[in-house]
Amino acid sequence: MRIVLAVIALLVLASFPLWLSAYILAVLTVAYYFGVFAMGWDLLFGFAGEVNFGPTFLIGLGAYAAGLLDNHGVPVWLSVIAGAIAALIGGFALALPALRLRGPYFGLITLVAVLMLQQVIVIFAGVTGGEIGLTINDVLSIDPGRNYWIALAFLVVSGVLLYGLSRSAAGLILQAAGQDAIEAQALGFNVAKHKLAAFAVSALFSGLSGAMLVFYLGTASVDTVVDISVGVQIIIAAVLGGRRTIVGAAIGSVFLIVAGEILRPLGQLNTFVVSAIALVVILFFPDGLVGYLLRRGERA
Amino acid sequence: MSANLLEVEGLTKRFGGLVAVENLGFSIAGGEILGLIGPNGSGKSTAMKLIMGIERANAGSVRLAGREIVAWPTHRIARAGIGLVFQHSRPLHRQTVLENIKLALLPDSLFQLAAEKSVDAKARAIGERVGLGAVLDRRPATLPFADLRRMELAKAIARDPQVVLVDEPFAGLTMAEVENFSALIRSFREEGKAVLLVDHNVKGVAALVDRVLAMYLGKRIAEGKADAVMRDETVRRVYLGGKIETHARAIAPEKSGIPLLRTEDLSVFYGKAQALAQVALDVHEGEFVSVVGLNGAGKTTLFNAISGLIPYAGSVRWQGSPLAGQSPAAIARGGIVQCPETRELFGDMSVVENLELGGQHQPAPARMARLEWLYELFPILKSRRAQLARTLSGGEQQMLAIARALMMNPRLLILDEPTLGLAPVILEQLSKALARLRETTAITVLLGEQNVTFALPHADRVYVLEHARIIWQGPPDRFAVEAGAGYL
Repeated sequence: MRIVLAVIALLVLASFPLWLSAYILAVLTVAYYFGVFAMGWDLLFGFAGEVNFGPTFLIGLGAYAAGLLDNHGVPVWLSVIAGAIAALIGGFALALPALRLRGPYFGLITLVAVLMLQQVIVIFAGVTGGEIGLTINDVLSIDPGRNYWIALAFLVVSGVLLYGLSRSAAGLILQAAGQDAIEAQALGFNVAKHKLAAFAVSALFSGLSGAMLVFYLGTASVDTVVDISVGVQIIIAAVLGGRRTIVGAAIGSVFLIVAGEILRPLGQLNTFVVSAIALVVILFFPDGLVGYLLRRGERA
Repeated sequence: MSANLLEVEGLTKRFGGLVAVENLGFSIAGGEILGLIGPNGSGKSTAMKLIMGIERANAGSVRLAGREIVAWPTHRIARAGIGLVFQHSRPLHRQTVLENIKLALLPDSLFQLAAEKSVDAKARAIGERVGLGAVLDRRPATLPFADLRRMELAKAIARDPQVVLVDEPFAGLTMAEVENFSALIRSFREEGKAVLLVDHNVKGVAALVDRVLAMYLGKRIAEGKADAVMRDETVRRVYLGGKIETHARAIAPEKSGIPLLRTEDLSVFYGKAQALAQVALDVHEGEFVSVVGLNGAGKTTLFNAISGLIPYAGSVRWQGSPLAGQSPAAIARGGIVQCPETRELFGDMSVVENLELGGQHQPAPARMARLEWLYELFPILKSRRAQLARTLSGGEQQMLAIARALMMNPRLLILDEPTLGLAPVILEQLSKALARLRETTAITVLLGEQNVTFALPHADRVYVLEHARIIWQGPPDRFAVEAGAGYL
């Protein structure tokens, strides 16, 4: 039943380019890339139990690595893959020492990492374009419909992979490690290894998505892929949609970005209203929208 | 009996200046059950964590079937064949009981995406064995307390360890459930596993164990058959004290007939575990009342309910009017001040700053006078006045905690287990300070203790709390005769 519903929803989504305006498609395209960011973040927070305040560190690495390579004449798809690998390596370098710390310190380290990346980009403005941003010469496609389809396909494939991973045997161990690390160890699981792997997977998808996003936008800038506020938006999206659901994170992202667009006529107030909605949901439905529905299902 | 599976030698663990476990040694053979007992703070739980690698030992060796494992990380020790049954754990709430058991059967692999076919059948068999057969497809949150403990046991069984460590096997269980669990633990023995049961007193595990090792202040004080350990002089002194002197005064009840504090029908549940059952207790103005009970009996729960820190059923009346609905802060301002077991000092503030914080709401002259009086009561605090609280020794910290509570000028002072983890010489100092407090002021005190030697000399009246219920009350001089025996 669920699968039938999912397929129908997918067909409807895939048909959008046939009957919706290019403007709406553009909004959704960005929202889908954000969906992948949020899903990657949920794997860490919801399953491994680690709060990563710096998802944009991984995204930024992927985005800028891909953008810089493109400026040096590397083909688009190779740049995208290189971006993902850069995020993976950066994620490893960050998580290896940071995961040794307990409690809020992991989160603080990830936060500092974002600020450092931001500084590096600004300082080496000659290479990176600094605060103005990096202009990308190539794009994934010039056709809005095709861009939309690429983003949708990427979201669906990432979602299936991440959801499948979260439901796998390894995902079960990861959840146990996140909820009670000492007991998980006493059951014979190397908690550090599993958390590091989760971080690597999260980094890979974040970097990949970041790299693809810059090729869609045609520019990589601190404001769009590195700034702390972007990271906060991803976190809000994931929590809004529902912790430990993966799918919820994607739905939360789409909701947040679409709501922001719909409320754009409000001008300055727009961000405020969206934040207020997010606050209310987090306060009264801490399990998020999807989490809330799932729990109701569990009780029934 | 086969060779020793677990051998512990010279095990030592220090936390700062506190020696939690000192030169501990014992061994357990396959098919043998050893009881590791000791009062709260004796180091038995730390010893268990050291064996499992959850805490790092400062010195000593732990050998599993002859192999040194003391420096190994926990997951490696677990893989090598030691299992720990936790008293409390956080199960996977979105998964079913069956999936929780399956978890324990998985290999430590990043790449295993689906469990093997045999795992399901194995998990079901283990679930049946521990008596969870009917609830395998339910989620942990819907299970009664005993079933959650069964699930923990199932997870340990799933790992098929050679050595099983069980933390307080019977805490919170009913008599029938205790029988059931005992049978399961006996089945470990029949399978040739070495079993270590960690508990507070001998009585609880006597029927099950082959041998008992008693600990106090990190050291072994006795080892042998359960009945021999129960007769052991040192053990008796630790649990019951030597010769207990009592100084009960006859405190006349209030003329109005309304006691200062009265609880009626007081019950508290933590999730599904009942921590307090229909407790009725009176404290009269000027009285010193001791509530005696082992760790886990419900003393702290009782005090927290009185202080309004946890929800409860039944009533708590202060000078006749109910306290229900008042905030903890309002209750404290009303005159009930609790000095918690955990002390809760501000570690990075000096002694005098901690004290002055307690006297915040008083005018400066009154505060100064009170401070002087407290320095008289605890002279050591005067000489330590400028020192940071966390650099004090355990005994000094306890005195500071009591002094800070007294700064608030309470009408009723609740002392929760002040002797926790303190050396005998410190106990004596603390005991003298309490005696002075009792003689020189009209303060009312409610003391919770597992150390009877400490609790009885000051008490005017005694309540005994066991398994969430008050099972005895009376004057302290009748305690040894009427209630002492059940206390070992």
